[in-house]
Amino acid sequence: MSDSAKPPQRDAARANSRPWDDPGQKPFVQITGLTKRFADTPAVNDVSLDVYKGELFAILGGSGSGKTTLLRMLAGFEQPDAGRIVIDGVDMTLIPPYARPLNMMFQSYALFPHMTVGQNVAYGLRKEGLPRADIRQRVNEILALVKLEGLGNRKPEQLSGGQKQRVALARALVKRPKVLLLDEPLAALDKKLREYTQFELMNIQDQLGITFLVVTHDQEEAMTLATRIAVMEAGKFVQIGTPTEIYEFPRNRFVADFFGTINLFAGSVAALSVDTLRLRATDLNGEISAPASGCTTGDNVWIGVRPEKIALAKTAPEGAPRNVFKGVVWDLGYYGNLTVYRVKLENGRIIQVSAQNRVRSSERVAEWYDEVYVSWDAHNSVVLRE
Amino acid sequence: MRRRYPTFLISVLAFGYAFLYVPIILVMVYSFNDSRLVSIWGGFSLRWYGELLHNEQIIDAAWLSLRVAVMSATAATVLGTLAALALTRMGRYRGRFLFTGMVAAPLVMPEIITGLSLLLLFVSLQDLVGWPNGRGALTITLSHITFSMAYVAVIVQSRLAAMDATLEEAAMDLGGTPFRVTLDITLPLVMPAMLSGWLLAFTLSLDDLVITSFVSGPGASTLPMVIYSKVKLGLTPDINALATLIIVVVTLCVACAGWLTLSGNAKSPTVARTHN
Amino acid sequence: MTGPTALPPRVDRWWRRTVIGMPYAWLLLFFLVPFLLVFKISFSDPIVGQPPFTPLLSPQGPGLFHISWDNYRFLFDDDLYLVSYLKSVHIAFISTLLCLLLGYPLAYAIARAQPPWRNVLLLLIILPFWTSFLLRVYAWMGVLGDHGLINNLLLWLGVIRQPLKILYTDLAVYLGILYSYLPYMVLPLYASLERLDPDLHEAAADLGAAPLTVFRDITLPLSLPGIIAGSMLVFIPAIGEFVIPSLLGGLDSLMIGRTLYDEFFSNRDWPLSAAVATVLLLILVLPIMVFQHFQARDQAGVQ
Repeated sequence: MSDSAKPPQRDAARANSRPWDDPGQKPFVQITGLTKRFADTPAVNDVSLDVYKGELFAILGGSGSGKTTLLRMLAGFEQPDAGRIVIDGVDMTLIPPYARPLNMMFQSYALFPHMTVGQNVAYGLRKEGLPRADIRQRVNEILALVKLEGLGNRKPEQLSGGQKQRVALARALVKRPKVLLLDEPLAALDKKLREYTQFELMNIQDQLGITFLVVTHDQEEAMTLATRIAVMEAGKFVQIGTPTEIYEFPRNRFVADFFGTINLFAGSVAALSVDTLRLRATDLNGEISAPASGCTTGDNVWIGVRPEKIALAKTAPEGAPRNVFKGVVWDLGYYGNLTVYRVKLENGRIIQVSAQNRVRSSERVAEWYDEVYVSWDAHNSVVLRE
Repeated sequence: MRRRYPTFLISVLAFGYAFLYVPIILVMVYSFNDSRLVSIWGGFSLRWYGELLHNEQIIDAAWLSLRVAVMSATAATVLGTLAALALTRMGRYRGRFLFTGMVAAPLVMPEIITGLSLLLLFVSLQDLVGWPNGRGALTITLSHITFSMAYVAVIVQSRLAAMDATLEEAAMDLGGTPFRVTLDITLPLVMPAMLSGWLLAFTLSLDDLVITSFVSGPGASTLPMVIYSKVKLGLTPDINALATLIIVVVTLCVACAGWLTLSGNAKSPTVARTHN
Repeated sequence: MTGPTALPPRVDRWWRRTVIGMPYAWLLLFFLVPFLLVFKISFSDPIVGQPPFTPLLSPQGPGLFHISWDNYRFLFDDDLYLVSYLKSVHIAFISTLLCLLLGYPLAYAIARAQPPWRNVLLLLIILPFWTSFLLRVYAWMGVLGDHGLINNLLLWLGVIRQPLKILYTDLAVYLGILYSYLPYMVLPLYASLERLDPDLHEAAADLGAAPLTVFRDITLPLSLPGIIAGSMLVFIPAIGEFVIPSLLGGLDSLMIGRTLYDEFFSNRDWPLSAAVATVLLLILVLPIMVFQHFQARDQAGVQ
């Protein structure tokens, strides 16, 4: 993998430019009030979204969330019932798919089986009516970019899954679209290849500066790829933000649960100080400290804690304000890089804790049925109102 | 995903199905025509149906056709199923290539050649060994078995090819010998294909004119032969009535078969189609 | 397998012999041998008697290896046969083209319909196929005749004053073949069109192809196996067709099937008929091989 030779300037560039926070920036893709109904059930319900130039934006949702319909409306395969799509200042809502300045990479790749790799990639340029020499040059360039030099004469059926994926990418990129739409780009690849391709995609996007819009159901894929993520549920966006914002500051229980694992406790606010609240947790027979988050006493809220924010020890930890509970190791799973414990508290409630295995050793912090203490700092609790 | 269905395609369908059904409907309508002149409407009447019932030539021919069709379809189903098994489940053996060719060839062979060749066979056999003695129901049945077993073989073979071979391997693993596995596992699973093969063989036999004309002898006229000799001279009202009866019976049978298949499918688990 | 089995292997050997042997013997006797007979008798001389050709194996005959080329010489000397062969190919070709022109849009329309509708539409295509072939051809006599549906309609509309002569012409034969063989064209076309991934159409549109271009670049080339299979399934049997030209065709609709039938039943010249059949078979070998080739390739593509 040659990309390891290059310094990863990407994250630095990303940290410095947050166009969505800059009121002077104009959005590149503007979706306003977009709605699509199938037999009276709205698949996409009054959705608005701004995506900025050069972003790698992910739309994340489960099946039936409406994410694919949204993508198909952007590509022009579905006509919206209401709303507008503006790309680079031009209204695209009524433009047919073949005249839109955006291209799509299909989940199935949709490679034309009767054409060679070269013919597949050249197809879009031929429809533009470019001169032959130009087409050949651009096809060769893009095949080099996706590392498929010399495979131009193969038929799609002679390629591996990863190669097919790169042909599909090259075919969509070669037209230099203003926006590239990717439908579950990595879903058909196996795990190892998926991780590699993920970084390849980010690299290519860096080099070409094309705005990418990815639709996926895989939260890990969205988190590693995207500058920003929109979480979609029942035809609406639940939260839009950077991966960190969404993971650490989920807006509600759905988002918190959809992204990774979280321990959730329901209860009412029992006491308040300047910056901390005490929650009387109904299924814990105890109280949890959390950031005050603008609550008032008596509010019914949920508190969430990520498993990796919880510490596990055989002796009671010291120092406040920590939340400490006692229990036994009920179950554990060893994943190599980390170990996941399921700890049964004294009242029967199970809490999930994950610990990094930093030391090479055959011993673990705790074994099955060991008595342990789980604890976390108050500021690691997330307060969720809905 | 729902897409608009273009008006152009609706008109294509309308034209196509009108083309397929208008001639048939026309025959059915004119079967109730009182007039002997088939092209002029002379009022509603059932007289041609009545005449049909008293036409002994047609009744005898229909009876012969039915007998031949039942016997040849049954024999063709047995032989065709064996042929399909020999092609898919018996591995390699000498002459397999020739066998494959002989099973497929009757499907593309012009009837006129098959008919001629079978007649030459029967005549030569009689000349050499004295069997079959003359031509009639026996030679017709033998010929019909020959061309319809190819159709049965194709239908059963495609079912066998689509069938999960691990079922038979599992039965073998549990101690079944090849003979028992075929009896207990394979045959019950290809039963529906054998049934549709039988139906097709039955219809083909009832319908055949050309081959039958070659291999039948004096006194053995099947229904298609009688119809042909009548319609060769032009439209006749009693043939309209006969056509109507055949069409109604066939439509009812196909509808029944279709309904049985559909309700059979409804019972089997189906994979729900999902999209997002 | 380990351990003793319930049945002795003798049963299995017997079973294997039955499964292969019975249909094999049947086809040898009733399919292959008859063909060799046709071939052999096409080289025999006609005689007056029963059977009306020189005997195969009798001591007073010329024997198994006697070869007479007279039948073939006669075949190529007499215009009738050459004209019939050419006319058969000509009529079959035009009818196949008509079948394709009507069958392709039909198959396309069915493949584009909603899935529950597709089965109904397909059933309606096949349904007439189950009723008697002879009666379906007969039905067209009522449509095409001087006082048939088309002429009555045109007369009533005032388009024509005299009935058009359609029945007993080549046009009637084209229509009859188109009508009788349409399902053979529609079914393979539908199978190849239905298999097409709709994503491919959308991908082409996404890359800048307008709807008609998508059809030309994607749909048409990918349905080529269906086009070839359907065309061959119509063309091959249409060449040997007998019933349609004999009921709907005119005196000059001389298709080879009809000529052979007349030769056989009217002139009772069996050796000459056998020679006509042998040549017909040779004509059909090429399209049959094309068909088998594409079928095999298509099968390999599916698996």
